Amino acid sequence: MANSAKTIMKGALALLFFFSLFMNCYATESYPGEIYIDILANHYQAVVFDHDLHVMVSEGCATCHHHTTGMPVINTYCASCHSADESAATVSCQGCHSKEPVTAGSMQQERAAFVFHDDKPDLKGAYHLSCLGCHQQMGAPTGCQDCHARTEAGDRFFNSGMFAPAH
Amino acid sequence: MCNISRRKFLAGSVAGGAAIAMAPAKKAFGANLSGFPDGLGVLVDMTRCVGCRSCEAACNKEQNLPEPDKAFDDYTVFDERPHGQHRRPTEKAYTVVNRYDQADGEKVYRKIQCNHCNEPACLTSCFVNAYKKTPEGAVTYNDKVCVGCRNCMVACPFNIPAFSYSSAFNPIIKKCIFCYDTRLKNGQAPACVEICPQQVMLFGKRQELIKIAHDRMRRNPGKYVETLYGDKEVGGTGWLYLSHVPFKEAGFNVSLPNEPIINNVKDFLAIVPMVLAIWPALFTGFHLLSTKGKSHGHADNHRHDGQEGHE
Repeated sequence: MANSAKTIMKGALALLFFFSLFMNCYATESYPGEIYIDILANHYQAVVFDHDLHVMVSEGCATCHHHTTGMPVINTYCASCHSADESAATVSCQGCHSKEPVTAGSMQQERAAFVFHDDKPDLKGAYHLSCLGCHQQMGAPTGCQDCHARTEAGDRFFNSGMFAPAH
Repeated sequence: MCNISRRKFLAGSVAGGAAIAMAPAKKAFGANLSGFPDGLGVLVDMTRCVGCRSCEAACNKEQNLPEPDKAFDDYTVFDERPHGQHRRPTEKAYTVVNRYDQADGEKVYRKIQCNHCNEPACLTSCFVNAYKKTPEGAVTYNDKVCVGCRNCMVACPFNIPAFSYSSAFNPIIKKCIFCYDTRLKNGQAPACVEICPQQVMLFGKRQELIKIAHDRMRRNPGKYVETLYGDKEVGGTGWLYLSHVPFKEAGFNVSLPNEPIINNVKDFLAIVPMVLAIWPALFTGFHLLSTKGKSHGHADNHRHDGQEGHE
């Protein structure tokens, strides 16, 4: 009886060990498995971003999250200040990348607050530059509608589908 | 006494006329305009463009342009070579994206539209003054006065103005106006900039954009060719380009002078009104002096000879 309890304990420990191996650092943090992105909901249907999948295939949180997760920073530009950062209070994309379009004027304001963060893309730019840039390198899908299917308004906008030129 | 003063006057006027015509022309009229100080522009970062053609679709809707020949998600347009060349803006499309295949197989995309020059050649070539460079930085035109002479098409160093060949009775020039009427005059970014998913384009004051462009080059060593296209070309353009491939390889005209196109003829044009004002008076003076006291006799003789000839 005592033996079987021990084996169960051992098994559970082993399971926990393997589980933590797969999850490596992520086990300590909670993060959303799926993220619903609808900033372009006018012309496109919302994107359901499979965060779990990308956690598995990426080289680490810092690939997308820069210096905010406490993981070793990859980008050398970020690393010059943030090489030994703890995890930050905000890690979500929209926590730092504004929904408002970036202009030279908004960059001037940003420069006053964080001089090295001035050329930070807006949210739409950050998503596409990060996602599409990596998808191109990794051979993942790169077509517009591979990630977000178009709405009827989108088809009208692109003169496509049922709004395609007649000739 | 009278003769001497006349001679002095003539000598003086000749010397003065020559001095005005030769010496100060360069200084007075050749000065470069660096555009309006608060003029707006767009910084295009070609490393980011993926050729999705969203900007073309946005332009079409914003400017109420006619239906395109092909859908805006049809990427076979990149293989089109109208007249053996890459696509250029037309009366139905004020902006086009082209693909430039590099020797190493890389595909480079470049958006083409009016570059909104500081000193536009189209404006100076237009004899009905249809064009205007607004303080906001846009090069706009008044289609009510355009007579369709197409001088601006010849003058533009970027081959931008298009012509409404489809109109039989009132063909006029059509080109990008920086969304002036609907957006720019309210300080808003043009439609193409707003729609771009890759944030290829950055909208703002031209002077600020030049600084940002150089910041990007400095912060990303080796990423860009170390030139900002449009900073100096033909006196500077409102739209500026950063590229990772030599500009020549992306279809840019790299043989343009830094001087505005108008400078080629500015000195000459400045002399024209002076010649028109001074020369008639000057040569009338010469004529009156040289024929003083003899003119009537000569004229009579001629008339007499002429009459004899007839008879």
